[in-house]
Amino acid sequence: MAGFVSIRNLRKSYGQFEALKGIDLDVAKGEVVCIIGPSGSGKSTLIRCINRLEPFDPGSEIRVDGTLVTSGRALAKVRAEVGMVFQSFNLFPHLTVRQNVMLAPRRVRGTSRADAAAQADRLLARVGIGNQADKYPEHLSGGQQQRVAIARALAMEPQVMLFDEPTSALDPEMVGEVLDVMRDLARTGVTMIVVTHEMGFAAQVADRVIFMDAGQIVEQGPPAQVLSAPQEPRTRDFLGAVLNH
Amino acid sequence: MDIFDTFLNAEVMRRTFPLLLRGLWITLQLGAASIVAGLVLGLGLAMARLYAPAPVRFLTRVYIDVFRSIPLLVLLIIVYYALPFVGVRLSPFASAMTALTLVSGAYTAEIFRAGIEAIPKGQFEASAALGLSGRQTMADVILPQAVRIVIPPLTNNSINVVKDTALASVVAMPDLLKQATQAQALAANPTPLIVAAAIYVAFLWPLVALVSRMERRFAARRR
Repeated sequence: MAGFVSIRNLRKSYGQFEALKGIDLDVAKGEVVCIIGPSGSGKSTLIRCINRLEPFDPGSEIRVDGTLVTSGRALAKVRAEVGMVFQSFNLFPHLTVRQNVMLAPRRVRGTSRADAAAQADRLLARVGIGNQADKYPEHLSGGQQQRVAIARALAMEPQVMLFDEPTSALDPEMVGEVLDVMRDLARTGVTMIVVTHEMGFAAQVADRVIFMDAGQIVEQGPPAQVLSAPQEPRTRDFLGAVLNH
Repeated sequence: MDIFDTFLNAEVMRRTFPLLLRGLWITLQLGAASIVAGLVLGLGLAMARLYAPAPVRFLTRVYIDVFRSIPLLVLLIIVYYALPFVGVRLSPFASAMTALTLVSGAYTAEIFRAGIEAIPKGQFEASAALGLSGRQTMADVILPQAVRIVIPPLTNNSINVVKDTALASVVAMPDLLKQATQAQALAANPTPLIVAAAIYVAFLWPLVALVSRMERRFAARRR
């Protein structure tokens, strides 16, 4: 059976260079998938294809909840269902924290100002930023900004959340607070696809860990298997390098 | 005959001042109308220059380059003296506003484009990921940030437009400069010209100073 997110033969090339070499992947509703791998392995490109921030080669097929990810009207529908959190937060600097969270529901869903504000305050409280709603992003720490970014994505009530190395740009002492929010989120049953270097998070939270290298899925399975008893030499090399640095 | 009687003759000043004020009013009207029309045109051109299909993009670039190259005085004379040959007869005010707007729009387009291109790619991606349309992304996310960046160069351009309104005097527009030259001929004394110059400076100096201050502040914020 095809997954809630279903990816078939996903290819992406930049000129001669093939960033993704025919990925097949199904993610079930409510599943938490962590994608690990060396830089340049294509893992960020993969999740950026799911909401088509990255256009992919013809012949590839991605479906989210049955809807084909193409351009045009269907794409807007998919994007409204798929939340994304970026490495560099990408908050809107000219809007307050609350306005950041309110913007998409107001514009895309047509939510009233009062409802959007109430929802924003609820979400901000949930990620522990409740008392900073009127500040501008530049006055927040990196960890706080990333939690706002998570709240902003959640405001669209997405079926799927994509995380593109959400803690890689953070100072070490702030990684924990963001991972805590993500851990809570995973418990609520949101489907999550997380590109990360946080092996501890993957081990604890993921239902499945995927190891990618050179544009292909090399190995996947439950975290205990992939992280503790990897079958493939490339996975072993990578984990050895990451864990013993 | 001393220099004050020649260049700052109080009697001439008193007699011609109402005339100059009338000219100033027209200059300000022409300046304001051309600035606003130039901003609208410039924003439209910037959008076409960045996001239209390739042929339109190309034509927009040609427009922008042509109107940044042509001397304003030449354009003004073409609009006023040449267009009537093809049946387009514009009043002096309309001619001047047309020429000023066409040129100001070209400069403004480049200023807006630079501002939009200065916005990090992540802002576009975050907007797209949230499901905002291209138009919503522009209106709610990109332009509010871009406009802030380009306020100093836009103000600079507006100063230039107001200064260039003086060229309209060659197509018989009764603007500040035209009134001054007429008053000078009437009084047989150059005092009105000096007063007109002083009025231009009095209006534009504060704006010039404001731009310098904004530029310093922006530079400081960037550290």
